[in-house]
Amino acid sequence: MFRKVLIANRGEIAVRVISACQEMGIRTVAVYSEADRDSLHVRFADEEVCIGPARSNESYLHIPALISAAEITGADALHPGYGFLAENAHFAEVLEACRVRFIGPSPVAIRMMGDKALARATMKRAGVPVLPGSEGAVEDVSEAEKIARKIGLPVMLKAASGGGGKGMRVVTEASEISKSFLAAQAEAEAAFGSGAIYVEKFLENPRHIEIQLMADQHGTTVHLGDRECSIQRRHQKLLEEAPSPAVSSKLRKKMGEVAVKAAEAVDYEGAGTVEFLLDDNGDFYFMEMNTRIQVEHPVTEMVTGADLVKDQIRVAAGEPLGYRQKDVAIRGASIECRINAEDPRSFLPSPGTIHSFHVPGGPGVRVDTAAHAECVVHPYYDSLIAKLVVHGRSRAEAIARMQRCLRLTVVEGVKTTIPLHRRILDDPDFRAGSYNTRFLERFD
Amino acid sequence: MNLSELKELLELITEQNITEFEIEEKDLRVRIKKGGEAVNGVATYSVESTSPQVAAAPVAAVHPSAPEPTDEGLVVVTAPMVGTFYRQSAPGADPFARNGDRVQKGQTLCIIEAMKLMNEIESEVVGEVVEIFVDDGQPVGFGDRLFSIRES
Repeated sequence: MFRKVLIANRGEIAVRVISACQEMGIRTVAVYSEADRDSLHVRFADEEVCIGPARSNESYLHIPALISAAEITGADALHPGYGFLAENAHFAEVLEACRVRFIGPSPVAIRMMGDKALARATMKRAGVPVLPGSEGAVEDVSEAEKIARKIGLPVMLKAASGGGGKGMRVVTEASEISKSFLAAQAEAEAAFGSGAIYVEKFLENPRHIEIQLMADQHGTTVHLGDRECSIQRRHQKLLEEAPSPAVSSKLRKKMGEVAVKAAEAVDYEGAGTVEFLLDDNGDFYFMEMNTRIQVEHPVTEMVTGADLVKDQIRVAAGEPLGYRQKDVAIRGASIECRINAEDPRSFLPSPGTIHSFHVPGGPGVRVDTAAHAECVVHPYYDSLIAKLVVHGRSRAEAIARMQRCLRLTVVEGVKTTIPLHRRILDDPDFRAGSYNTRFLERFD
Repeated sequence: MNLSELKELLELITEQNITEFEIEEKDLRVRIKKGGEAVNGVATYSVESTSPQVAAAPVAAVHPSAPEPTDEGLVVVTAPMVGTFYRQSAPGADPFARNGDRVQKGQTLCIIEAMKLMNEIESEVVGEVVEIFVDDGQPVGFGDRLFSIRES
C-alpha cells in the first residue's frame, strides 16, 4: 500500500481523498495555490506544498510544480481528483517516468477515451452501441454533408478533442451544415487546439444515464449501477440521482454489461464512468467515457455502500478489488444537489466571503464540502461550494429528505443555487421521474 | 534499517558533530539536520511571479518572484518554483552568496532543483545579503522566502 499520497487538487474533492487516505493510514500531501493557503484541504493534510500563484495554469495545472512537489515530499502516489490534470495522459506519463503512481487508468486508456472520435470508433469495434455517425473525424464539410444525408437529420457536429459543450453545433436543416461546420471547427480550434469534428445523430430529448465502473489490475471489472444526470445547464450537471427512475433493473443489467465490455476493450483500471444517452424507445447509445472519479460519485456510494475513492487507491496499489458483480446491490435512492456560488437565475458566478455556514445532518445525509464560515470563494476556480447528498429508503423519501436539507442549509455572503434546487424538487415532472436533458430550460 | 540501527546512527551523527546527513535505502529515507537559521521578524511580501523558465539544460536562469521592498529597504527574494534549494553549484563548492556579500543585479544567488533540472535564481537588485532563510538541501514551495537583501 502507498505510504504517502499527494492530492493534486483542491476544494471538496481534495478533502474527500484526504479523508479516504486518513482512514487507510496513508500520509497525505496537499498542494495549494497562494489563493488557497488557508483552505481546509491544506489544514487537514499531513504535509503541504505551495505550488504557485492563484491562476490554475500556474498552479493546479502546472505539471512541473506538481512533479516537484511529489519529488520533494517523497510521495509514492498521486491522486488527481477530477478536472485539472485528472484526464491528462501526458501528466500520467510524466508521473510514471518519475516513478510516482498515478491513481487512475493507464495513459493509453486516458488518451483513447479522451479523443471522443477515437473512443466512438473503439467502442463500436467492441460491440458497444454508438449513435450512428462518422467513423472518427470528418475531412471536410462535404463529408459531413454526406454522412448527415446517410444517417438523417438532425445531427450534432462535435469537437473530437472537446467536452463541456464547446465546439458543438446541432444541425436541423441541410442548408445550415456548411455554416455550422465552420463555426464548430473554429470554436474547437480555439478551445482545444484541434479543429477535428465528427458527426453524430442528434437525439431530441435524451436522458443522460451513466454507469459507474471499477476495475482492478487482476482482470476484475465491476459496474456499480447507474446515475441519472439529465438535469444540466449548458452541459454542466446540477443535480444527480441514483438509481435512475427511467431505468428498470433489466435495463440496468444490460447497460452495466455493455459498460463493462467498454472498459475491458481498453484494459481499463481504476474508477471510470461510461456515459450513455437513453432515448424514448429505451435504446441507449455510448456517448463518452470519463476516466476519473466524478463529482457525483457520492450518490453511487450511498446506494451501494461502496467507497469508490478507497477502491481507487487500493486497485492502484495492486490490490484485488475484493468484490464481484453479484456482491453489488442497489438499495434505496440517493440525490445530490450541487450547491454552487452562483446566482440561481442568471447563473453568474458569485464569488466572495461566506459569513455564515451551516449544513444539515440527521439520517441519510452527507455533505461533501471544503467551505466553512469566513472562507473565501475565489473567482479563479469552479463555483462548487458543497455537495448536498441524501439517501432514502425510497425515491419519495430521498426527495423529502433533500427538501428538508435544502431548507436547513445556511450559506450567507454569496449567492447559491439552493433556491433553484428547491424549485426543481417541487416540480411535478421531476417528482414523477419523467424528465430529460431539456428539463432545466423551463427555469430559464 | 531497524530502530536500534537508527539509534546508533543518530548517536554517531551527534558524536561526530555532523550537521546534515541523508541516507536512502529501499523503503526508507532518513534526513537529519541539526540547528537552523534564526528568523528575525522581517516583514515580507511575495508578489505573483509569472516569469517563465529559460531552460538551457541542465542549468536554467530563473527570475525570482518580483521582490517588494519593506520599510527598512529590505528586499525579500522568494522562490519562483517548487524544488530543492542549494546554496552552491555543486557539493563542496563555495556558496553563491553568503551573509554580508554584496550582490549585483543578475548575479546567481542559489539553485532550485526541480525534476533533475538546476535552475539558477538571480538577484533582481544590487545590494547586500542580510539574511538567508533556507538551509542548503531544504525543499521549498512557491513563494517561500529565500534571501533578504538590503538594496543599495
